[in-house]
Amino acid sequence: MSETVHIILNGEEREVAAGSMLASALLALGLRRFRLSVKREPRGPLCGMGVCQECRVMVNGAPQTRSCMVVCTDRMRVETE
Amino acid sequence: MIRRDCEVLVVGAGPAGIAAACCASESGRRVILADENPASGGQIWREELSAPNRNTGTRRTADIWLARLARCGAKVLPGATAFDADANLRSVRFGSDRGTIEIQYDALVIATGARERFLPFPGWTLPGVYGAGGLQALVKGGLPVEGKRVLVAGTGPLLLAAAGMFGEHGADVLMVLEQADWLSLARFGLKLAAFPEKVLEASRLMVRAGVVPFRAGWWICEAGGKDRLEYAAITNGVRTIRVACDMLACSYGLVPNSELAQLIGCRTSNNESLPGGCSVEVDGRQRTSVEGVFACGEITGIGGAELSLAEGSAAGFAACGHWSQLRRSAPMRKRFGRLARTMDAAFALRAELRAVPTPETVVCRCEDVTAAEIAGFGSWREAKLASRCGMGACQGRTCGPAVEFLHGWRAESTRPPVTPVRLASFCNQNEI
Repeated sequence: MSETVHIILNGEEREVAAGSMLASALLALGLRRFRLSVKREPRGPLCGMGVCQECRVMVNGAPQTRSCMVVCTDRMRVETE
Repeated sequence: MIRRDCEVLVVGAGPAGIAAACCASESGRRVILADENPASGGQIWREELSAPNRNTGTRRTADIWLARLARCGAKVLPGATAFDADANLRSVRFGSDRGTIEIQYDALVIATGARERFLPFPGWTLPGVYGAGGLQALVKGGLPVEGKRVLVAGTGPLLLAAAGMFGEHGADVLMVLEQADWLSLARFGLKLAAFPEKVLEASRLMVRAGVVPFRAGWWICEAGGKDRLEYAAITNGVRTIRVACDMLACSYGLVPNSELAQLIGCRTSNNESLPGGCSVEVDGRQRTSVEGVFACGEITGIGGAELSLAEGSAAGFAACGHWSQLRRSAPMRKRFGRLARTMDAAFALRAELRAVPTPETVVCRCEDVTAAEIAGFGSWREAKLASRCGMGACQGRTCGPAVEFLHGWRAESTRPPVTPVRLASFCNQNEI
């Protein structure tokens, strides 16, 4: 990976590949649990294409954002459950 | 709210939508091509962040069409999610991070593509279980899979394409499990002889998938692990084996994303051999049952990228009233339509897959509704009212096809918003 950007994941600065999709970048950082289901079970990306809603995280304060539909940008704030 | 207008509005920027936008724009129409993804290309032409091999036929075709799209003058609107439409007012409303966008059109081309069909099995909600196309999308988006033990399972040619791609990215693809048996595959192989270019494509897929063990007549019956995938159990109905793995990529074919078309009132038809989806009915000119609304690509029936391009081109010309142009692609549309039906028959889902979920298996992931909770009802509506199955964020897009396969129930209504949007978008305001 030549170019990188920094996102702030749960308050911590992390380096990710520039141009990567947020869901892919979070998985690459080793994150597996993106959110908790209604019965508090761990969930992560399934469909990768905006359909299943399992990869929702908070992005720059916007809740319920599908991380598979968002390109990482520098200083992007991301919160997971 | 942002208001725009155009002569031809195309929703969905995969091969079909891109072809439609190019043909309409090159015919002199003012065209807007809207898509909810950040970039055009759809799933099959999704750009890879780090591609080990750019010299594939698919990539070359994609580059040609994306260049043509950039030249043709159509206005491309990425990051726009269609959530409401009114065929009388001829408008579609989109949610975006810039607020609500309402686009007025003279002609609408719907090219919203397809999604993967998921069938539930114990443990399928564990992080690490992906769709086969889903994992492909994530890898294209920059997820490294080098050295990861990946199991690919489900049905259809997509499995081989996915396995080949994971292998190229350095994954240790353990095996490919195809639920159809060898006999169905052999029959399919014989019928494929009428499509030499597909034989070539199939052999390329097999070469690309390399030495990966391929098992026909096998399927996943369980995934397990503590808070993440650690193993999968596979079966052929007689024997069951446990396989340790890091990622499971599974998909049971494709389902048309017909919700927007249904909302508009386009007539759809059901395909018995492939449950859980309905395709949008079109005539020889890609016209739907609603005046001024055309449909093309996977939503008219799963047929692959070539058919999508042919249908998209036809829909683009049809939306301009250039009927004579349609004759060029008519034979191709007919031919690939035949191929699609052959594939449906070859990769029909085996009945044993209905017995895979246990009573505790989650069927509706959004609302955590189990198989036991929806058992014993007479219809989708009854089950939904009692259990909330299909009432969560994905609006039944994931569990709907599964429930139809398991119980034969079909979702009955499509209402706005057809996809979740911010309340402010729905209420026509600018932003919260």
